Amino acid sequence: MDIRTAIAGVLVFSGCFLIIVAAIGLVRFPDFYSRIHPSGKCDTLGQGLVFLGLMVYEGFTMVSMKMLLIIIFIFIANPTATYALAKAAHVAGLKHWSKGDQK
Amino acid sequence: MFEWAAIAIILAMFLSLYRGIYGPTIYDRVLAVNVIGTKTVVLLALIGYIYERPHFMDTALVYALINFLATIAILKYKETGGLD
Repeated sequence: MDIRTAIAGVLVFSGCFLIIVAAIGLVRFPDFYSRIHPSGKCDTLGQGLVFLGLMVYEGFTMVSMKMLLIIIFIFIANPTATYALAKAAHVAGLKHWSKGDQK
Repeated sequence: MFEWAAIAIILAMFLSLYRGIYGPTIYDRVLAVNVIGTKTVVLLALIGYIYERPHFMDTALVYALINFLATIAILKYKETGGLD
């Protein structure tokens, strides 16, 4: 196994770890506004790390440039989508969760 | 190595599907759809490497665009009652 495959494996599996953490947070958090948090941060960084690992595995080709394009697009689009979700829920009057409430 | 990464991502997709089915409000369901869409982009790229056909990356790029547009369209429809 050469060094490039090892670096790619470490990057891909740390990205998978962040994606699983985002899914667990989506299930476990108590209300909608806190569920946006793992989706906006962990999911964006997780996909970025997985695609970075694939870019290291591939080398400098046309396919890796497409992957760079996907990384840049999702880094802009995914936080924008979660921001729009939070704004739509706030405008519609969704109540936030406070400490004594039931889940 | 890519097979195990794909299995981990499919597991995360099933966990997110729980929130899509049992989410109390419509916003939880839209959030779950958005998260599953992001995971699908990653899964398409990994499947391209598992079957040694990396040209699946075009499909992943188009799916990322469609996923963002779908979320914005659903939210605009919910907020204003139309897509004009």
